[in-house]
Amino acid sequence: MSTRTNPWVLSAPALVVYATFLVVPMALVFLISFFDFQFYGGMQATFTWKNYFEIFSDGYYYEIYARTFGVAAAVTVACLILGTAEAYVLSRMANPWKGLFLMVVLGPLLISVVVRTLGWALLFGSTGLISKVLMGIGLASTPVDLMYSNLGVGIALTHVLVPFMVISVWASLQRINPATEAAALSLGASQFTVIRRVIVPQVMPGILSGAIMVFAMAASSFATPAIIGGRRLKNVATAAYDEFLNTLNWPLGAALAVVLLLATVVVLLSANRIIERKYGAVFNQAGG
Amino acid sequence: MTYLVLNRLSKRYGETTAVQELSLSVNRGEFISLLGPSGCGKTTTLQMIAGFVEPTGGSIVLDGRDVSRVPANKRGLGLVFQNYALFPHMTVAENVSFGLEMQRVKKDEREARVADALKLVGLSHLADRHPAQMSGGQQQRVALARALVIRPSVLLLDEPLSNLDAKLREEMQLELRSIQRTIGTTTILVTHDQSEALALSDRIVVMNQGRVEQVAEPFQAYEGPASHFVGGFLGKANVFTPQAEQYENETRARIGEAHIPMGGAAVPQGSVIVRPEKILFSEPAACALPGRMKTRVFQGNHWLCQVDTSVGEVMVIRQNDGVPVPAEGETVHLRWRAQDMCEVASAPRGSAS
Repeated sequence: MSTRTNPWVLSAPALVVYATFLVVPMALVFLISFFDFQFYGGMQATFTWKNYFEIFSDGYYYEIYARTFGVAAAVTVACLILGTAEAYVLSRMANPWKGLFLMVVLGPLLISVVVRTLGWALLFGSTGLISKVLMGIGLASTPVDLMYSNLGVGIALTHVLVPFMVISVWASLQRINPATEAAALSLGASQFTVIRRVIVPQVMPGILSGAIMVFAMAASSFATPAIIGGRRLKNVATAAYDEFLNTLNWPLGAALAVVLLLATVVVLLSANRIIERKYGAVFNQAGG
Repeated sequence: MTYLVLNRLSKRYGETTAVQELSLSVNRGEFISLLGPSGCGKTTTLQMIAGFVEPTGGSIVLDGRDVSRVPANKRGLGLVFQNYALFPHMTVAENVSFGLEMQRVKKDEREARVADALKLVGLSHLADRHPAQMSGGQQQRVALARALVIRPSVLLLDEPLSNLDAKLREEMQLELRSIQRTIGTTTILVTHDQSEALALSDRIVVMNQGRVEQVAEPFQAYEGPASHFVGGFLGKANVFTPQAEQYENETRARIGEAHIPMGGAAVPQGSVIVRPEKILFSEPAACALPGRMKTRVFQGNHWLCQVDTSVGEVMVIRQNDGVPVPAEGETVHLRWRAQDMCEVASAPRGSAS
């Protein structure tokens, strides 16, 4: 074997797995999105822009995409605030508690998303615990029904996704020099200023990668919107699911998925660009 | 004029005592070093002065005001850390400017003071760099500028030079001293490097196991160590136990085969320290200690020799005067003056080396 072919031979198994399980299905979805669909004839292997035209001309789909990205953005902001604060508090804890609370934060990942979401469904109903407590303490006069609402979907998704943010920020916090905090204090900064001007900018790479993960997962989430949002508040994933399995209009479902993928990539790349420009020094340093 | 007073300052962590009843008066403009091995409590002391560690006993009085319970961000002290602790996401100028922003100094004045501080440490041309693009020595200069720009009442230096290589460290020592002289800020340096403490300080505080062993000017501490520990920690030391004897109306100190006339002085009680560079090679004589050269190491400007004698191994340092010292294995005779024997109190304690 020559030294030039060696890397290819050695990485062949991984490439085969990657190609089989990621590239091929994605390519097929992309291909199908250009197929035609007849209500009585089924899927036709032709080339047409019809599905994309339908998506971009129908307000119904605009609403679905707006809802999907709106909820994803809100969930990302909520995870960003909660997760960063959580990771910072965790990093400041003394040792036995640190490990324990990290387990508590990450524990929910061990339970199926469906089970956790069904738990939220019990809390969210108009006769659920949240509604009753709000009425009991006088914050609400009528029952509060969070089921089938964007707020409910957002709360449940935040709960599902916040651990990813915590892990990501946590990893960044481990790398910063604790003396920078002491240095800022000695220069007269208040604790709040230290966090805002010294800690947060330094963990920006972690916040960014966490936000990317959370946004991508929230935008493509299926189980939580399906259970909490139901059929009334469809997002792109549940709409694509319905096209594939209820209407059997695979080409339209595939086109919905492709548009979701492209839109997500565009959003993430531009966010990445903006943040890297603003906090360039931290990223350059982290990169070497 | 006394400026900073540490009054029976103590810190206990559960059963262990990090600092025990440390008392010290620092004058305005003075450069003090806290010197000792790791774990001697010097860093804890510095952190108590800085306000990051709360004392369990005693008080810290700064310019007549008890600051023991004042939080770190209200003390107005300048701190320089071993690992620089620069803010990696800010440029050099932004780093230096940070403390002034916290004091709400106006922008014009801020810029002028940042420029002055960077000029003081010789980094005006690098104001727009980020710390990651600079060498260790440059980063430490930025840290120094950042601490000095706020015009701190006291400058605290926590092993600031120990991450630098030997040559750079020497350069920075000279520079640090001249900067401190220029601006006259009261400075406290924590270090485990005895040569750094000797070179920089007006006074050295030698610490061991949470206690102060000696407070003295560098020359005085080196020439007249108060204890075995100080003698061993500040440079190399030979320890002997002389016996007093009378010989023809003269008092002599006997160490092994050597009989050293005291010239009227009393023979020291207990043990004495003789610095290696005070010992000469001589002809055989009653006052000289015979031995055999075990090893000799040439170090350019001086020779480092180990000589086996009847009272143990003796270390000798001879300046290189162009004539080689006796070869290994040769018989040599060592002599030193009576006044070069420095009496030290009590038996050895701690692990001096």
